[in-house]
Amino acid sequence: MRSGIGTRILGVATVASLALLAVMALVITPADVNQLDAVRLIYIHVPMATVMYVAFGVTALGSILYLVPRTRAHKWDVLAGAAAEIGVVFTGLVLVSGSIWGRTTWGVWWTWDARLTTTAVLFVLFLGYLALRRVGGDPDARARRNSIAALAACIDLPIVHKSVEWWRTLHQKSSLLDEETFLHPHIHGTMYWTLLLGIGAFLLLFSWLLINRYRLAKLEDRMEDQGLERALAERRAEALTGAP
Amino acid sequence: MTHVGYLIAGYGVTFGVLASYAAWIVGKKRALARELPPEERDPRWP
Repeated sequence: MRSGIGTRILGVATVASLALLAVMALVITPADVNQLDAVRLIYIHVPMATVMYVAFGVTALGSILYLVPRTRAHKWDVLAGAAAEIGVVFTGLVLVSGSIWGRTTWGVWWTWDARLTTTAVLFVLFLGYLALRRVGGDPDARARRNSIAALAACIDLPIVHKSVEWWRTLHQKSSLLDEETFLHPHIHGTMYWTLLLGIGAFLLLFSWLLINRYRLAKLEDRMEDQGLERALAERRAEALTGAP
Repeated sequence: MTHVGYLIAGYGVTFGVLASYAAWIVGKKRALARELPPEERDPRWP
């Protein structure tokens, strides 16, 4: 029962922190001098991008743990799949919120900017990974195939992160996730703390989603096994009775 | 406040999609758990 209570507490903490974030982001923090109130999109866009990196990082870790013979266990493949699905949801939302923000600041919904393009590629790569997970086969071969595909897709992660440094882009440089801006942030006061609150709230949400999606995936596996066992039992019964 | 429409769209889509996704996970998990025989159900995962 302890685990169930822990998940519920995590759920309550997630909802409370997201509610606080909404108040801080939309009411308390000041508007920006240049971007005016459109800057308030930063409090969801940057945290969701952070969760995107973390989610695909968990996918990479799960895939590595599955591929290493010493740690190989089916649970790592399940964890990788659960994290990837959540990562795809967040990547989609990063693209949508970024597009809305881009419309207000750049005047266009979309441009083939390096950061935007590499993020869109990441989205498509992991959609492909999720599709690949549905392809049948021997469970071990499937998990190995999934793990290799996930690691191949993860090559795009550092490219997304570094794209604003490697190429000349419209997208601003990293807000927090590099050494210079982390130690000497360009944003201050309530804006800075609200952004950190947003990252914390969305990481709590990611943890809650991951726990529940992992449990759902385990249940799906169990139901699939049950269905297979039932079908085999029916076949055996048919063979014994000679029925078609 | 400026850009109200964009803010409603951004926050609305984000929280709407995430709430729907969370509800789908919980709903499907409960539906599958109900299909399991009682002895196989995990009391930690209601």
